[in-house]
Amino acid sequence: MREILELLERDASLSHDTLATMTGLPVAEVSAQIAAWEKAGVIRRYKAVVDWEKVDGSESTEVTAFIDVAVAPARGVGFDDVAERISRFDEVRSCYLVSGGHDLRCTVVGSNIRAVSDFVSRKLSTIDRVTATATHFVLHTHKRDGDTFFEPEPDHRLRVTP
Amino acid sequence: MKPLNDVIAACPPSGIRRFFDIAAEMDDVISLGVGEPDFVTPWRIREAGIFALEHGYTTYTSNAGLPELRRLICEDLEKRYGARYAWDTECLITTGVSEGLDLALRVLLNPGDEVIVPEPCYVAYEPCVSFAGGTPVRVATRWEADFAIDPDAVEAAITPRTKAILIGSPANPTGAVQPRAALEGLVRLAERHDLYLISDEIYDRLTYDDTHVCLGAVPGARERTVVLGGFSKAQAMTGWRVGWICAPQAVAELCVRVHQYTMLCAPHVSQIAAVEALKEAEGDVREMVADYDRRRRVFVKGLREIGLECPEPGGAFYAFPSIRASGLDSETFAERLLHEESVAVVPGDVFGPSGEGHIRCSYATALPQLEEALVRIDRFLGSLR
Repeated sequence: MREILELLERDASLSHDTLATMTGLPVAEVSAQIAAWEKAGVIRRYKAVVDWEKVDGSESTEVTAFIDVAVAPARGVGFDDVAERISRFDEVRSCYLVSGGHDLRCTVVGSNIRAVSDFVSRKLSTIDRVTATATHFVLHTHKRDGDTFFEPEPDHRLRVTP
Repeated sequence: MKPLNDVIAACPPSGIRRFFDIAAEMDDVISLGVGEPDFVTPWRIREAGIFALEHGYTTYTSNAGLPELRRLICEDLEKRYGARYAWDTECLITTGVSEGLDLALRVLLNPGDEVIVPEPCYVAYEPCVSFAGGTPVRVATRWEADFAIDPDAVEAAITPRTKAILIGSPANPTGAVQPRAALEGLVRLAERHDLYLISDEIYDRLTYDDTHVCLGAVPGARERTVVLGGFSKAQAMTGWRVGWICAPQAVAELCVRVHQYTMLCAPHVSQIAAVEALKEAEGDVREMVADYDRRRRVFVKGLREIGLECPEPGGAFYAFPSIRASGLDSETFAERLLHEESVAVVPGDVFGPSGEGHIRCSYATALPQLEEALVRIDRFLGSLR
């Protein structure tokens, strides 16, 4: 059953029929299991991996920044309340509590550099107990969540071989 | 001019070559005709090869190959299959299984010796027997029996000149995995008639339903068996040209003797990459094997759904469906399928007369391509009705 999750994580477009054939399980069982996972929130949702740089009008591509945030922890909640508050912004695509010089590492997306800067200066850094931020703009994406964004090697095989 | 070597001149060129020539000229071909993985060698192995080049491992190695690699191969064979070989006296590294097969046959055969070759089988078996001065003797296997070798049929082909039996399991082109009983039957025969066994196990890791049986580990086989293996398939390292022979010392020693004069050693960089493959790439291998298995299930089911009977391929990455229902012979079917639907397959008769009525389809191809190929084959079958 774990195999189904791994397959869907790689390719969410696989049909229940194909998944059943691949794993040797009955289709009904696969469908029931996936429905149960969806209901339980094991599968949260399905989405596509988009290489925005290849989309027409890529000059309007969104800008991504990694933002390290220093937070003064509070008794009883530590960093959780601030992290949650930050995470609620749609601009924030990920937010982790990390070790090292800062406390939270966030990924923030905006329509351009100005938008991200404004978000940091007006929203993020003004949240109570946020004491410092460091912003790193992404210049180019080589790999994201296991997907490489450079051209795969072409198939060098001969068309018919023994 | 004096005539060239009679045996070689009499050997017909591989029937696969003709299809390659046609397919190479065409656009938009979906090829199910490729006998190698569609995966590129896992990056950690390639990276080890680059490191080896950077650090100047560009020299010869010892004739038998890097001790570390031979040690790892023998450890792996024992751990995985219970086959025990001494790395220093019973194992050598070859330039792929192709060289291993040639060495084994040259060492085992005297002129006129017969080698029994169950077919359909890999295209090189019979020519290599002939080049080594032997005579190949075909024994048919039947698709209705999942191409299992029938020891009785083999025994019926034994003559006083028979020297060896040459098998491949899992098999190219059928994907058949020989059941343990068949292997044990062959070993009994070999004992009774004092024959050698040559076992091409290049696809050993690509078995899906049962665990692979190494012939060298079947009781009674070891002293008369040459096991051939390599890194081309499971580790996706075809172009590195690195394989191995494990055999009893007397045979292995003579294999090294031929190898030291004809090949000297397998490529150094490839041997270092193979070390990395055995030490670090098990996870990559397992992922690729799991992927082949999923494609196998989807593709074989698809073939059956479009009306082609297909024996269950337990290993390798080939399906060998029957196309008899089409009313065409294998060559015509393959040629027309290529011209009319741009799908390249290999006609089964290329691998021996028992392959007539079948086509070899490699599922070492991405899933969407396999699905598109099924659509095209279905359309082609429809056009015949």
